Order: sequence, then C-alpha cells, then structure tokens
Amino acid sequence: MTASPADGLRVGLFVTCLVDLFRPSVGFAAVKLLEDAGCSVEVPAAQTCCGQPAFNSGDRADARAIAEGVIRAFEGYDYVVAPSGSCGGMLKKHYVELFDANDPWAGRAEAFSAKVFELVSFLTDVLKVTGVSASHDGTVTYHDSCSGLRELGIKAQPRALLATVKGLELREMKESEVCCGFGGTFCVKYPDISNSIVSRKTADIAATQAETLLAGDLGCLMNMSGKLKREGSPIKARHVAEVLAGMTDTPAIGEKRR
Amino acid sequence: MQSTSPRFRKNAVEALADSELQSALRHVRSNFIEKRAKAVAALPEFDALRDVGRQIKDHTLAHLDLYLEEYEAKVTAAGGHVHWAETGADACQIVLDICRRVNARTVTKGKSMVSEEIGLNAFLEEHAIVPVETDLGEYIIQLRGEHPSHIIAPAVHVTQRQVEADFRRVHTHLDPARNLDEPTTLLGEARAVLRDRYFQADVGITGANFLIAETGTSVIVTNEGNGDLTQILPRVHIVLASLEKVTPTLEDAAQILRLLARSATGQDMSVYTTLSTGPRRAADPDGPDEYHVILLDNGRSAMLGSEYQEMLRCIRCGACMNHCPVYHSIGGHAYGWVYPGPMGAVLTPSLIGVEQAGHLPNASTFCGRCEAVCPMRIPLPKMMRHWREREFERNLTPATTRYGLSLWAFLAKRPALYRLAARIAAGGLGWLGGGKGGFRALPLAGGWTRHRDLPAPEGRTFQDLWKQKQRDGGRMPQ
Repeated sequence: MTASPADGLRVGLFVTCLVDLFRPSVGFAAVKLLEDAGCSVEVPAAQTCCGQPAFNSGDRADARAIAEGVIRAFEGYDYVVAPSGSCGGMLKKHYVELFDANDPWAGRAEAFSAKVFELVSFLTDVLKVTGVSASHDGTVTYHDSCSGLRELGIKAQPRALLATVKGLELREMKESEVCCGFGGTFCVKYPDISNSIVSRKTADIAATQAETLLAGDLGCLMNMSGKLKREGSPIKARHVAEVLAGMTDTPAIGEKRR
Repeated sequence: MQSTSPRFRKNAVEALADSELQSALRHVRSNFIEKRAKAVAALPEFDALRDVGRQIKDHTLAHLDLYLEEYEAKVTAAGGHVHWAETGADACQIVLDICRRVNARTVTKGKSMVSEEIGLNAFLEEHAIVPVETDLGEYIIQLRGEHPSHIIAPAVHVTQRQVEADFRRVHTHLDPARNLDEPTTLLGEARAVLRDRYFQADVGITGANFLIAETGTSVIVTNEGNGDLTQILPRVHIVLASLEKVTPTLEDAAQILRLLARSATGQDMSVYTTLSTGPRRAADPDGPDEYHVILLDNGRSAMLGSEYQEMLRCIRCGACMNHCPVYHSIGGHAYGWVYPGPMGAVLTPSLIGVEQAGHLPNASTFCGRCEAVCPMRIPLPKMMRHWREREFERNLTPATTRYGLSLWAFLAKRPALYRLAARIAAGGLGWLGGGKGGFRALPLAGGWTRHRDLPAPEGRTFQDLWKQKQRDGGRMPQ
C-alpha cells in the first residue's frame, strides 16, 4: 500500500448526538472513509453533543460548559472531524465566541477550532482525497445544508467525491441552497412554518425524479425524509457519507428494518 | 404603530392559510432573488464594496454625535431647520406643529418606514389633516387600511387581482368598462388620481436614505419619481429620518448607493436619486419655501455601544427578507410590527422591547442566508441569538423549552449518564418504531409529527456499538 498524507494522523471522531442516537451507520461510514484515507480514528467516550441546542436557545452558560467538555475530550488529537456541517460549524466557528478574550479557555478554544473539520471537507480539503472506491447504481440529488454551506463553505467538496462514485448520477434540485426548515429547535417551536418550508423543499426534490436524497447533516435529512414519508414519496434519504463509503446495504433513513 | 408581535404564532398560522398571500409571496421568492444575483454577478467589486460600506457606517456610528452636529449646522446654513425628536410622539407633534402653522389640510408622503414606525398617518388623521401616500405600493395599502408588509415593496402581499378590486371600490369615478387588467393600467389609474393630490398638498413629507453631514443634504431613492413631486411641489418639505441615516460625505453616500439598489431590486441604481439641500433659493425654478428635518431617535441611541449597534448599519434594502425562508412562508404582516424579516427580528425587539417581540428572534432557522446577502454585512443570526440570550436570562423563554433544555443540558454535561440515557432512548424508540421505520405520532413529539414522520433510531447507539467493536477486536457488531 502506498503512503497517504494522512498516515499516522490521529483523528478524533465527533459522532454528533443525532448520529449516535438515530443513525450509527453514519458514524461507521465516517470511520471507514477516514481509515481508507489513512487516518487512525478514535472515538472519545466523553462526548455528548456539540451544545447547539443550548447555544441557539440563549443558554450560554450550559453551552459553555458543554464546549469545555468537548474541548477537553478532543484536545489531544491532530484533527477533530464531524459528519455534520452544523455541528462542525458550532465547534469551529461558535466555540470561540463563547469565551471572552481574557478567559483561560479562549486560547484552548482557538487551538481546538483550528483542528475541527466537517467530514467531507476534511477528506478533500485537508487530506486531498480526490476519489472514493464506492459504487452506487442510481440517481441522487444533494441538498446543501445551511451551516455547512454558509459557515464552512461546503459546496463543491461532496459533489467532487460523488462524481467518482461508480454508477451514480447526480441530479441537481432547484434551490439546493435553500433551508429545509429544520433549524434545530425551530422545527418543533414553529412546526407550521417549518412545514411550509420543507414542503417547498420536498417538491423541489421530487421534481428531480432522483431515487435518493443526500445531504451532509442528519438533522436536515430526518426533517426532509420525515416529510417525504408523510407525503407517501418513495424517495430514500441517506447521509452522503454512507454513499461515499459504499455502505448502502442498510435500510435508508426512516425505512423499515429488514 | 400598534404591535401584534406577541401573537406571532397565530399571525403565522393565518398567513399560511391565506391563499392570496401565498400566491403573492411566490413573486418575492423568484423575482427579487434572481434579479439581485444577476446584478451582483455583474459587479466584480460587489464584495469589496460591502466592506467599504461597513467601514463607512462603523466609522459614522463611532462618531455619530459629531456627524449629527455637523449635519445640523449645514442644514441650518442652507436655510433649513433641524428638529430633534426623542420619541415617535415627539416627532408626530413636531410634524403637526409645522402643518398647523402653515394651515395645511393635505399632506403628501413619499415612502418612509419611519413614519410607519411612529404612526404618523393615524396621528394626522386624528388632527384633521389628510395624509396621502404617493408611492404606488403605499397608496394601495392605504386604500386597504393596511400597513406595509415589506420595507421596499410595501404591497408585495397583495395580488394584482386584489388591487383592481380595491381601485374599483375606492375610485368611484371609474368607468366600470375601463381596463385594469395590466400592471401598467393600474399604475396609470393611480397616477391620475395622485396627480391632483400633489397639487393640493400644502406639506410634503419624505423619508431619507441618507443625510449627508458634509453638505446638509438629504437623499431619497425611488423608482416612481413620487418622492420628487412630494418634496418639490408643496410649500413645505419635511424630511423625517432616524439618526443613523447620517453619512459623512457625498462620496460615502455614493459608495453605499451602489450597494443599495443592487441588493434591493437588482437594479444598478434606482430610477431616481434625489438630493435636497435646504429650501428653494431665489434663483431656483421650483422647490419648497420651508425645509425641515426631523431627526428621530426612538431607541436608536440606546443601541449604540450595545451588542445591537451593528444593526444601525442597515440601509433598508430588504435583501434579508427577500432571501428568508420564514419570510417566504408567512410574509411581513405576521411579524406584527413595522420591520419584518430578519432585520425586523433584530430591530423590532430593540425598538419596542423583547417582551413584545420575543417571538421574532426565535422564529429563524439560523440558515444564515440573510447575513450572506446583507450588503452591510450585518451578522443578523448572531444578533438574534443575543436576543434569545436576553430572553433566557430574563426567564422569558417558554417554561417547557426551559425545562426540556435544562434536562438535556444536565445530561449533556455528564457523558456517562448521557450514554446510558441515549442507549435506553435509542433502544426503546428503535424497538417501538423499527418495524415501520418511523413514527406517525409520538407522545411529546407533536411539534415534529404534526407534519412529518419521525424516523426511528436504528436501535443501538454508535457509542455502544463502537465499544463492542473495540472489545471484539475490530469486528463490526451484528
């Protein structure tokens, strides 16, 4: 086997609470992609959630306490990788806002922030991965989740890797950059507005006639797949990592177990 | 203006059920976005210009007192008068005093959101003065007895069919056979009626997009020319503007103007950009005999030095609402006060109090598109989050949210306990929902399952499976 730029890199996987609870297969797909690229992957047990629910609800004290726990758990790694643009954005962009300049944690948060990446952008931008060995016979459409897109600049990276999946055809939906209406607690606090937003989204998804919806965030995927299911749509939903890792023999999100 | 922001949730549900409104909102979703994108793509230095705009405003806000004093001195030197109004009531009274002194019966108005903010029309009507809105959109909503639903397109919530019906109802002189099927025929009809009003008016009131300290000039932009007729034809011109509209120099205003129309309507420039300095001079062919500026504070100075100061950079282009998925769903009226959309979600609590407007900063998905298109680079989501923090500190966050959040945070701070709880939840929910793949209804999850299925968990947590995999020497758990 040839040496890879990632050989010997110790990567701490930030699993994300939704992946941990709802869809462990995304975590294993992330591990496979990172290991295939030559990283050694560890999963610190002392992680729970990135703290977004507290941060976005105005509970700064709890957000800070959770951030300290995450930073402590991941400080020893060369990189911290999350299979989510939203959690990645929280760790990379917002943790540093939680501490005042003279707070002893400010420096630790800065150093931590520099090591955090969203999974697909880590593979392409840092490890310079240009292709995957997976194959997937079928048509897919890709939704650009808001935080990944606008906080971390993730747009071309997943498309570049998807283009190397054998048999896969990407059909772009209209307004792939528009929010799906999930928004964390927004979708349960304002369910009717959220429904209006996700309904426009599922119409755009359906119009592509793709068989599978992909995205990089489980929250958005649960929202869109839940709506597609309610509408009786046959379109399946998967995290992009599952397709890139060639791990699509599991039931899709919200599909019944075989 | 009376606020219905506390009823935001109910307003939103009504808006979602209003089919005329929903059809009107489609126009916002397509037109504004496409036109802005084209205009921005055609100007390579657009992003650099945004930095310039931000710097100009930040500099001005840091020295606001000095620039306001300079502005006042220049207006006075040009023969105009500057009035300082701390509150909306003060500003209304100043307008009334001027109107009474010149025996005004009719007042024409060019579009001014500040006059909406202070409820000027209702106040003038109470005092037997007839205010006439001259912007087509404003004219339409005045006929309908409504308020603007958008800061640059006040009647964007009204369909063409509704405008025709309103004109036939109010313009009783109309021949029933007259064709009003086209936007241009509607415009012609409004124009014919408004023409007389311009000549009747004793006082013209306009807003201002900029107040230029260097020269004492007020600047307005319009696409209809109604602002010009409003300020040139009557004997008295009143400029009603809030403090933060001041800009140091003509050059500064010119730079920001390059951002304004592109962001708002996708035009390079608005059709009319009108600069006014003082009343008519002896050699001038036209213009008012008196020129007054009312500088309104109404809560702005309290934002200076606070975490909301950056909001005062806003140039009222409306790009944030044009790109907001929440605005696209419910329109502007649901927000319940003068300023809708993301900019309103920050500005409204600042001006009328977060107790009144607490829903607005919460009703955002934080998708960040508003900040991405804001020409003045205002960090709107960040400031909405500041409001949520103020609400949380003051116990204004709903009790159920607080309890849920504190239980969740309790666990999130204790990884071992959290893993146990997650294992139980994933196992239980997976067992319950796995057979069907998801839930159509679930206790305590009504907000989610009202409109969507909830996908069932796979059954075991990642942490649990990962631990087993490590124990089994790397073999994947079955």
